[in-house]
Amino acid sequence: MAVILESIVKYVANVEVSRTESRLGRYQEGSPMIEGEQVTPMRMRMNQAITRAISDEMELDPRVVVFGEDIAVAEGPFKTSEGLLAKFGPLRVRDTPISETGFLGAAVGAAMTGLRPVAEIMFIEFVGVAFDQVVTEAALMHYLSAGRFNVPMVVRASVGSGLGFGCQHSQTLERWMLGTPGLKLAVASGARTAYGLTRAAIRDNNPVVILEPRSLYGERENVEVGEQSIIELGTAETLQSGGDVTVVTLGQTVHVGLEAAASSSWSADVMDLRSLMPWDKEAVIQSVRRTGHLVIVEENQYTGGWGTEIAAHVMSKTFSDLKAPILRITAPDVPVPYGLELEQRFLPSATYVSEQVSALLSTKQAPAPWWEEYL
Amino acid sequence: MTAKMNNSGSEQIQRRLELSSSRLSRLERMMEIRLVEDRIQDLFARGLISGTTHTSQGQEAVSVGLGVATRPTDVVCCTYRGHGVALALGIKPEAVLGEVLGRQIGCMGGLGGSMHLSDPDVGLLPTFAIVGAGTPVAVGAALTFATTQSDGVAVSVFGDGATNIGGFHEGLNLAAVWNLPAIFICENNLYGEYSPIASTTAVTDIATRALSYGMNAEVVDGQDLDAVEATIARAVARARKGDGPTLIEAKTYRYVGHSRSDKATYRPEGELEAWLARDPITLFGAKLAENGELNGQTVDEIFERQRGLINAAEEVVLASPPGSIPQMFAHVLAPATH
Repeated sequence: MAVILESIVKYVANVEVSRTESRLGRYQEGSPMIEGEQVTPMRMRMNQAITRAISDEMELDPRVVVFGEDIAVAEGPFKTSEGLLAKFGPLRVRDTPISETGFLGAAVGAAMTGLRPVAEIMFIEFVGVAFDQVVTEAALMHYLSAGRFNVPMVVRASVGSGLGFGCQHSQTLERWMLGTPGLKLAVASGARTAYGLTRAAIRDNNPVVILEPRSLYGERENVEVGEQSIIELGTAETLQSGGDVTVVTLGQTVHVGLEAAASSSWSADVMDLRSLMPWDKEAVIQSVRRTGHLVIVEENQYTGGWGTEIAAHVMSKTFSDLKAPILRITAPDVPVPYGLELEQRFLPSATYVSEQVSALLSTKQAPAPWWEEYL
Repeated sequence: MTAKMNNSGSEQIQRRLELSSSRLSRLERMMEIRLVEDRIQDLFARGLISGTTHTSQGQEAVSVGLGVATRPTDVVCCTYRGHGVALALGIKPEAVLGEVLGRQIGCMGGLGGSMHLSDPDVGLLPTFAIVGAGTPVAVGAALTFATTQSDGVAVSVFGDGATNIGGFHEGLNLAAVWNLPAIFICENNLYGEYSPIASTTAVTDIATRALSYGMNAEVVDGQDLDAVEATIARAVARARKGDGPTLIEAKTYRYVGHSRSDKATYRPEGELEAWLARDPITLFGAKLAENGELNGQTVDEIFERQRGLINAAEEVVLASPPGSIPQMFAHVLAPATH
């Protein structure tokens, strides 16, 4: 049983009373988080879905607080907190200095003493400044207290390439955190998964890192708002079914995988892995047992990419079912280049995925990546 | 510094040295920075550049003052708001514009982009896109100068927002306890990204933070080029003599938002206008005119000539090819030394 401070018990009880009075309140009137009619599902951008997810959890649980750089008054560099300050006030929605170690450490302390902080890291690279607080402090406090302290905090960070931000602002960096016991890690692939994963992360009693592909913030999807849309961490989703091959995707590559499958002669189970720690071993294995082929499409570089973990585990479980080697389609082992043409080349494209999968299925050999000739 | 990257190095060093010998060239360089920054915004608006950019209109005197007071053999670590510093240190407009456009003519061959400018010939390490990262790196460069008993100095240039991050404090302390030839220049432009300094920073004068590290500190009017230059020159002289590091706070202002997408709606009414009335180019131009240092030209004529040069630079850049695929793979690891 985790420690609960008396001050938190009193705080929650007080807020409970005032909340029932103001429930819903002004929220539906002209809030930028809700456009048009209050119907479900709603068409919303990923940044709006994230805002809505945070807002929904803040309404339900007064212990949820948010902070980050320019997230309160300016409502977020990527507009992922639009209206939150106006709605929940400065005690629960705070701007921080540019001090990642400071405010991620504060998130750890606040989480251990009863709040449920949601901290925003503007670009995932900035977590590097405060890495200790994530992988060495947040991840280990439950273990180090023999289960007496929980660290229910969420670190949200924008990730990914494609927008011309250069090599210090364009990585996905799942691998920095992958394999850290005590930490959960999920990746959104659009408005719907962002909504469901964010709500699940806020409710989780562990530190959860949620990565949000930056290029998708402005993309609209239908989102059914409400409890039923919360996505259990550690579950994958099969977005389309097919018999020839299992294509496992994550974040930005979900759309690459779907587009490739739509324009190819092969038929695939296209899966959005959604979570990396834990990841849905059973769902992937079941699919691979049926198709006999596994292709993993990753945005990160080849060496040490998240797909290595998937490939190794699936092979150990399905070796006799596999009809061809497992194929990882990744970026080359170079920093993300800046120039638009080069950056587009860096990311696996749908055409490239389609060709690589076709080659795998016809030759039963893993085709060489495009970049092999340059190494 | 290390080996020259290409044979245009001497030209860049020349551009740097001009600043020391001619006050008129300092005015021209400030104009060049203003014009390049405006042009970059224009190129974004025309859809020729993707991504983001952080420009420095209004802060030209700090960049040029730094260029005058230091040598090409000194080292500068600057932030992603670095176009002005790069130009002031001698990098050519073609190399800056080319990099922002991702072209081969760019100072990093189009691989780095707006936030990553560099040229070892004039002592500019790749500009840092992570807030606070460059400060301890500058301390390391100062350590090299101290260890080799050279009279070089290392400079870290950063914004007010960077003084709240651990790297700043750790870097200053290290420079002070090791008594290194380091100079920390804070361009206090009143906003850390979108946030007014008072909302994120517990002190009004950044310079007071030097007290915690037993370090020299000076506050200077960042719009007055002569004052900036004199202040940096004093710090450089102390550092070269072995009298340790200095924190300089230049009070300045950026006329534009934090980045391309920021319209700077958070400014109080009249603030921008008040700073425009103390524009560093206007102030220095008027001073040179008053002293008869304009060689018989008007400030406007000089500005128009600079505009022509930037127009020509833009044409050269737009004719340059984008970075090539083999370049992507060329510099991931350093080759062995034989």
